[in-house]
Amino acid sequence: MAADKVIYLDNNATTMVAPEVYEAMEPYFTELYGNPSSMHTFGGQVGVALDRARQQVASLLGSDVAELVFTSCGTESDSTAILSALKANPDKRHVITTRVEHPAVKNLCENLGAMTGTKYRVTMLKVSEDGLVDFDEYVKALTEDTAIVSIMWANNETGVLFPVPEMAKAAKERGILFHTDAVQAVGKIPINLQELDIDYLSMSGHKLHAPKGVGVLYVKRGTAYAPYMTGGHQEHGRRAGTENVASIIGLGKACELAAEKMEEETTRVKALRDKLEHGLLTTIPRSILNGNKEHRLPNTTNISFEYVEGEAILLHMNRYNICASSGSACTSGSLEPSHVLRAMGVPFTAAHGSIRFSLSVYNTEEEIDFVLEKMPAIIAGLREMSPFWPGE
Amino acid sequence: MWLYTDTVTEHFQNPRNVGEVDNANGVGDVGSLACGDALKLTLKIEDDRIVDAKFKTFGCASAIASSSALTEMIKGMEVGEAEKITNEDIADFLGGLPKEKMHCSVMGREALEAAIADYRGEKLPTADGEIVCECFGVTDIEITRAINESSLRSLEEITNFTKAGGGCGKCEDKLEDLLRHALSEGLQVVEVDKKPKRMTTLQKIKKIEDVLEREVRPGLRLDGGDIELIDVDGDFVIVSMRGQCTSCTKSETTIKELVEKKLREQVLETLIVEEEK
Repeated sequence: MAADKVIYLDNNATTMVAPEVYEAMEPYFTELYGNPSSMHTFGGQVGVALDRARQQVASLLGSDVAELVFTSCGTESDSTAILSALKANPDKRHVITTRVEHPAVKNLCENLGAMTGTKYRVTMLKVSEDGLVDFDEYVKALTEDTAIVSIMWANNETGVLFPVPEMAKAAKERGILFHTDAVQAVGKIPINLQELDIDYLSMSGHKLHAPKGVGVLYVKRGTAYAPYMTGGHQEHGRRAGTENVASIIGLGKACELAAEKMEEETTRVKALRDKLEHGLLTTIPRSILNGNKEHRLPNTTNISFEYVEGEAILLHMNRYNICASSGSACTSGSLEPSHVLRAMGVPFTAAHGSIRFSLSVYNTEEEIDFVLEKMPAIIAGLREMSPFWPGE
Repeated sequence: MWLYTDTVTEHFQNPRNVGEVDNANGVGDVGSLACGDALKLTLKIEDDRIVDAKFKTFGCASAIASSSALTEMIKGMEVGEAEKITNEDIADFLGGLPKEKMHCSVMGREALEAAIADYRGEKLPTADGEIVCECFGVTDIEITRAINESSLRSLEEITNFTKAGGGCGKCEDKLEDLLRHALSEGLQVVEVDKKPKRMTTLQKIKKIEDVLEREVRPGLRLDGGDIELIDVDGDFVIVSMRGQCTSCTKSETTIKELVEKKLREQVLETLIVEEEK
């Protein structure tokens, strides 16, 4: 392994722009810089390209092109969806979400009062030790007063999948709007929105090898919608502001590639993930898998190494150019470890020493072998130094 | 990502004095797993001199580096000297820490204090405090001391230095009270205690740079000049004028009337500023 080669196992944070995606985008910076709203052909042809990109996204999601709004990021999509639903149901004052949502949804739901000027009751569903919600408890939480349910499809830290199709169905049966933050799920698991009762779905470009700064909000035909920004008529009046053309073209291409590589994701990438996970758990004593093993994204594993601290682990990995993330307090700048792991009841002894590895189709077996070769000594070295390490 | 100094990185990657001293006669055990960092400091003290010091630390890079730095600083030191070491000294030794990580240096100082108290068979001065921050077990005495010693002025700074208030945030009101109280008392303390504070060279350099940047440079730059701090040797502050200032006939006056005056007011009364020849 070349010393300067980066081993990138942090794909839930962001991904490399695929070479094909970059290639597709390039002309829209250099030659095809027209405004898609213009009357002339020079601009108009860009509008045609946007339509094609929208079609590529629709194919991956199994939706109609008219149901898609291009946004700037997953967070914008989340906020637009949730606030749209609340505006459409001014008499309903209840929101359901989970304790393990991404901050884009969690912080919004915790601050709805300040955001809307109206007081909302927010149910934050508990999760079990392996990160799953109790379906019966979810159904019981659905009331006549519930304006919207917002539940992530796949958890960014553990990769745990929620039964979103079934949850959306239960909401639909009670006439309740359902939003899912599918930022981590799109491109990694098959999704066919035509057959599902999901009203709003958020996705983000940079999690599936498109650039940062572009997202999508899916709004099921006939569902309430309130624009987040006021201005021009772009996106059929649903999202003002000149389109981020090159990134949207890139996102379209990335969706096409994701569909082609979906099988590789669920076979080869999954096998690499499993090899990494099994290798770490068997060679490093007192290491624990966080999150349900079955209901999980094929690319993610979250492992706690007891009695050591995550930032210290990451910085030692960094010396070998191995990139991953941690749920430790020190890496976030806050003093509390990951809210996801804490909601799962992961004890402090393990939460501070958690490392998330998230793979992509660009990872190789050679890279995984290299990580497996280096990790045991990194953990052992830090444990040697830890006043809590009881020995093997 | 944190921007650590090369010294922090070096001490993290090659920590000095890891382990436990045999037959230690001064042990300081602070922090906990729940808090996210912990340090066990063991000392061998002979004739009031620290002849050996080792550490075991659970925590992030800056916690490990602070522990390593601490042991390097105190080895061979008289106990009486060692007990004067502040968290700022540890941070300075490392070339500074990100502000959110200052609590790592505080942990080092606390462990040292606990180890010295253990050696002397004394009770820790902070032991009687009342816990204010339940999440991280921080007492009012510890918080007030940090406010005074590190001149903390906001809740955020208190959290950076002591962790207090960094969890559920329920103690924020109490922290505000402690801050207000300490600040109002602090004014009186200054009146009574006019003795110049003992300052390490690193502390002096930091404070001098701060004053130059804030109070001196903006004016010089307006005239197309600048000033650079070359050295600090005891009370002598050696500076060099840059840009338009180098040819300015009034540079001597600028140095005495402006720079020296500001530094004496804000850093140390005894400072003498000289231009590099």
